[in-house]
Amino acid sequence: MKTSRIGAWVAIAIGTLYFLLPLIATFEFSLKMNRDGYSFEAYKVVLSDPGFQATFGYSTLMALLTIIVGILLVVPTAYWIQLKLPRLRPVVEFITLMPLVIPAIVIVFGYLKLYNSSSWLPLTGNDRATDFLLMCSYVTLALPYLYRSIDTGLRAIDVRTLTEAAESLGASWPNILFKVIFPNVKSAILSGAFLTFAVVIGEFTMASLLGRPAFGPYLQLIGANRAYEPSALAIIAFLVTWASMGLIQVFARNARGTRKSA
Amino acid sequence: MATSSESLPQDPASSRGQTRKGLTLSSFNWLGVLPFFLFALMFLILPTLTLMVGAFQDANGHFTLANIGKLFDSNILSAYQISIEVSAASALGGSVIGMLLALAAIQGGLPQWIRPTLMTFSGVASNFAGVPLSFAFLSTLGRMGLVTVLLRTYADIDLYGTGFTILSFLGLTLTYLYFQIPLMVLIVTPAIDGLRAEWREACESLGGSGFHYWWHIALPILWPSILGSALLLFANAFGAVATAYALTGSSLNIVPILLYAQIRGDVLHDQNLGYALALGMVVITGLSNAGYIWLRSRAERGRE
Repeated sequence: MKTSRIGAWVAIAIGTLYFLLPLIATFEFSLKMNRDGYSFEAYKVVLSDPGFQATFGYSTLMALLTIIVGILLVVPTAYWIQLKLPRLRPVVEFITLMPLVIPAIVIVFGYLKLYNSSSWLPLTGNDRATDFLLMCSYVTLALPYLYRSIDTGLRAIDVRTLTEAAESLGASWPNILFKVIFPNVKSAILSGAFLTFAVVIGEFTMASLLGRPAFGPYLQLIGANRAYEPSALAIIAFLVTWASMGLIQVFARNARGTRKSA
Repeated sequence: MATSSESLPQDPASSRGQTRKGLTLSSFNWLGVLPFFLFALMFLILPTLTLMVGAFQDANGHFTLANIGKLFDSNILSAYQISIEVSAASALGGSVIGMLLALAAIQGGLPQWIRPTLMTFSGVASNFAGVPLSFAFLSTLGRMGLVTVLLRTYADIDLYGTGFTILSFLGLTLTYLYFQIPLMVLIVTPAIDGLRAEWREACESLGGSGFHYWWHIALPILWPSILGSALLLFANAFGAVATAYALTGSSLNIVPILLYAQIRGDVLHDQNLGYALALGMVVITGLSNAGYIWLRSRAERGRE
């Protein structure tokens, strides 16, 4: 027993070293922009760069739109499957897992072939339409995360009884969805939303190949041309990911707390 | 979960005196999932299918197998080979190390706080891929990276003198491990939780050693989960573009980067060969995912 505990400590120590070293190295490097000692100069330069503000804003907006559209697409579907069409569940589950199987680069290649400016539906014809296509590509990427977390949330509540209670009180379908179902799976929706945010905010492949000014391509551009700014950006990106994941934990804990006290 | 009797669409509504609604339900039911299927068709299934079809067509749209044949040209074949090697190495390393980390945190008798910390960190790190990850590894193991400099200054080891570079096979694998290991931790934890304490006690009371327990009990139960997860990790690395592109530019000839360059500027000078390249990727990631699903269902059956 004693030896296995030592082995476990060694494993954790090596793991910690491997995972912390790159973060420490990146942080240290990001502080070295001024020759005469450590400073936050790189962060100052990055944060005041109009390119950073524009692309980060664009990606944030894209992430929010993706989350809204994704939720509006997934919640009613998962609800309907649970309530009326359980036989279709394997089909829908399979489709939502497909984006994990088909690489993003293949999907976007398909878009360019299918929706190019000389096609039947020229979604790459102008900027607004391409923005729409990019958002749809992000909804596709987010499907596995959104569907799984929302479906789990729906399984934990009694969808049938809630629906029948609402129906017997004369509620319309939009009312049932938005006032009964949504609030009951709020924490599942939120955790799916934050995961989506973390995936979308720095996404590179789709945005780059669709030619939109998103944060991911900006990161790549800075990485190819600057020395210290990329490290500062990596730290910022890591903090954003960490914040998204941390918020998921907070909401999950709150949900468990309320359910226990109820 | 809904039982089969609940799943009959006409059942609950009509029995509660809502016959009018119940009558229109069968046509209405399909409408409820129509947006989802339309979306999936337009933005997931058709785009993929059109590439699959294009892979079997020549420039004039006639059926041909020539594109598939050209995949076996040495340049493209070597891209597939390096891709498969990097993905396999990072999947193998990721699954072994991730497994050991998860075992240490769950069964190693360590303080309580280790496990939730590892899980939270794994959630973050498995999503910390792409361009920022490549920056982090350049700052660590690049020519001016912290570890490179520290080794040179204090241990007198010239990392780059040994032929190492972060832009190489080894460098890319080390970088991929940063999201592969945490992913493995997240996937394999439920399987490790499924190992019951009674099994170990039974083994010990029969005089078995730790080796006996692992070799004859735990590993045979865990191996479908481990192998399945490794396949998932493989597919995960195989499709990754951003990390490799930001790290190595076009200096490493792997399939996702070749495809990326082809889409940007038709480097293969053959649009349909590009489609075949994409088809090859989907076949490889599809096969490894199918393997994962098959092994997972085996693991679940074994647990019942």
